[in-house]
Amino acid sequence: MKVLVPVKRVIDYNVKVRVKADGSGVDLANVKMSMNPFDEIAVEEAIRLKEKGAAEEVVVVSIGVKQAQETLRTALAMGADRAILVVAADDVHQDIEPLAVAKILKAVIDEEQPGLVLAGKQAIDNDMNATGQMLSALLGWSQATFASKLEIEGDSASVTREVDGGLQTIKVKMPCVVTVDLRLNEPRYASLPNIMKAKKKPLDEKTAADLGVDVTPRLTVVKTTEPEGRKAGIKVESVDELIKKLKDEAGVI
Amino acid sequence: MAVLLLGEVNDGTLSVDATAKAVSACKSLGDVTVLCAGAHAADAAAEAAKIDGVAKVLCAEDASLGHRLAEPTAALIVSLAGDYSHIVAPATTDAKNVLPRVAALLDVMVISDVSGVVDADTFERPIYAGNAIQTVKSSDKVKVVSIRTSTFDAAGQGGSATVETIGAAENPGLSEWVEDKVAASDRPELTSAGIVVSGGRGVGSEEDFNLIEKLADKLGAAVGASRAAVDSGFAPNDWQVGQTGKVVAPELYVAVGISGAIQHLAGMKDSKVIVAINKDEEAPIFQVADYGLVADLFTAVPELIEKL
Ligand SMILES: Cc1cc2nc3c(=O)[nH]c(=O)nc-3n(C[C@H](O)[C@H](O)[C@H](O)COP(=O)(O)OP(=O)(O)OC[C@H]3O[C@@H](n4cnc5c(N)ncnc54)[C@H](O)[C@@H]3O)c2cc1C
Ligand SMILES: Nc1ncnc2c1ncn2[C@@H]1O[C@H](COP(=O)(O)O)[C@@H](O)[C@H]1O
Repeated sequence: MKVLVPVKRVIDYNVKVRVKADGSGVDLANVKMSMNPFDEIAVEEAIRLKEKGAAEEVVVVSIGVKQAQETLRTALAMGADRAILVVAADDVHQDIEPLAVAKILKAVIDEEQPGLVLAGKQAIDNDMNATGQMLSALLGWSQATFASKLEIEGDSASVTREVDGGLQTIKVKMPCVVTVDLRLNEPRYASLPNIMKAKKKPLDEKTAADLGVDVTPRLTVVKTTEPEGRKAGIKVESVDELIKKLKDEAGVI
Repeated sequence: MAVLLLGEVNDGTLSVDATAKAVSACKSLGDVTVLCAGAHAADAAAEAAKIDGVAKVLCAEDASLGHRLAEPTAALIVSLAGDYSHIVAPATTDAKNVLPRVAALLDVMVISDVSGVVDADTFERPIYAGNAIQTVKSSDKVKVVSIRTSTFDAAGQGGSATVETIGAAENPGLSEWVEDKVAASDRPELTSAGIVVSGGRGVGSEEDFNLIEKLADKLGAAVGASRAAVDSGFAPNDWQVGQTGKVVAPELYVAVGISGAIQHLAGMKDSKVIVAINKDEEAPIFQVADYGLVADLFTAVPELIEKL
């Protein structure tokens, strides 16, 4: 079985986001970019499936600007076998919407015929939480979102999902799109020798136009603003003072 | 214009709070029809009919809809979609599972976690863990929208909408339910509680997390946790508050042994009053706390429990 993992290049999760003063968006020029943390978990899971003998090949795909090459190289250094970059934007501020990403992924999947897609549950930049579900719909495949446990059993998979009430386990037919949650695994770091080796692994490049997908956004961004800040509060000296403040000043207890 | 709102139904019971908040978010967009789907949904439909502002309720009872599996639920919504300009749901994990699938089948974008409805085409939503608010205008024929419930007040009770029974759509049969692991609790539900007490890595162990639970019980509060506390096994996953967990906005949020990473703040910074207890006076949580107490939680929390 081949496993396909879509990986997104996003602002590093440690970076403090700055909204541009003209309201046109978030400043991404000269900002540290990394692989979306959920996608690292997806890559890790795919590699573990290969190490267990449940998968033969791990193909990673990124859609966006040329610089996403770096993200793909990171995935190759972790242990993915092959990468595909679909160039669909030339400005780092241009985000490709989940619907267009899903259509591009579908076109790639029609060619690659993987038995499993492992995506992140959510990109930490647009916080959409949509691409995996959309892809599954376009393919007519089963879907299992927010996975914290995955077991492949022949032509089906058992997936435990993190849901509002706790955990849900479902059994899905393969091929399937699984989106991964934080507790599925702890991604490995790429070792220096593997980073060197990754430079020689194949990285194919295509464009959205090659795949016949129109990436024109359906949602126009009217403006991007900073959220209302909270005004700084005070420090209390003791538990007694805290209780008094909550009773008399805030009136919440 | 007309709205189809997917009611939050679990095991035949309507989550009135989440559904009523979504109703108040979208009632300006047109007549609201609530869809209650499940193996058993009649009781939920009767509850939904009482929510103010609901024009009609559709009740779909079928074994295939029993556990809100994405494929049959999406198929049902798509079969009804023709009559509506907006398809809406509270942004629960169930809705986040189903709505993008619905949107893709209709060839439209989904608009996730909407915190403000500007007009029929224009919506506000937080991005980058709530560090920016984006206003987007949709050019799609149908708007598929999930609502961040913490920013809307629940619609009241007193409605008397008609309930119509409908059938399920064909089940694609791609997945089956195996098991739910849901801990029963007498505490208020996290996303609707008036007070939330959350513990972080500083609490140190699953055993000591009892301290957080005791404080919560003293205050009649729900219990929350940081990702680090959940990852370390101190607390179950459904207690996680944050960018990728639950979003809460109670009257009072008490953060104990939590540093205040942006991913955690994303889930609680709209709380009315924030209290932080942390032994590190430089912890970023103090920058959003109305009342900060620099103290060891193992002395401060027992003292709080005793004196409250
Ligand atoms: C993709 C992604 C998604 C994430 N999503 C979330 C999310 O949804 N929710 C979330 O919470 N996090 C999330 N995180 C994790 C987040 O970045 C932080 O790592 C996490 O919030 C830290 O948890 P913490 O504050 O409990 O732990 P720490 O940062 O380790 O803080 C522990 C605090 O406890 C204090 N402390 C220690 N001992 C005591 C004591 N005896 N008395 C008093 N204080 C004490 C310390 O001073 C410290 O401030 C996410 C991260 C990523 C990468
Ligand atoms: N531009 C992209 N390139 C590759 N994968 C993507 C892209 N956008 C989204 N994804 C995948 O879809 C997941 C969910 O993203 P989203 O729906 O945008 O929150 C991510 O974790 C990735 O696995």
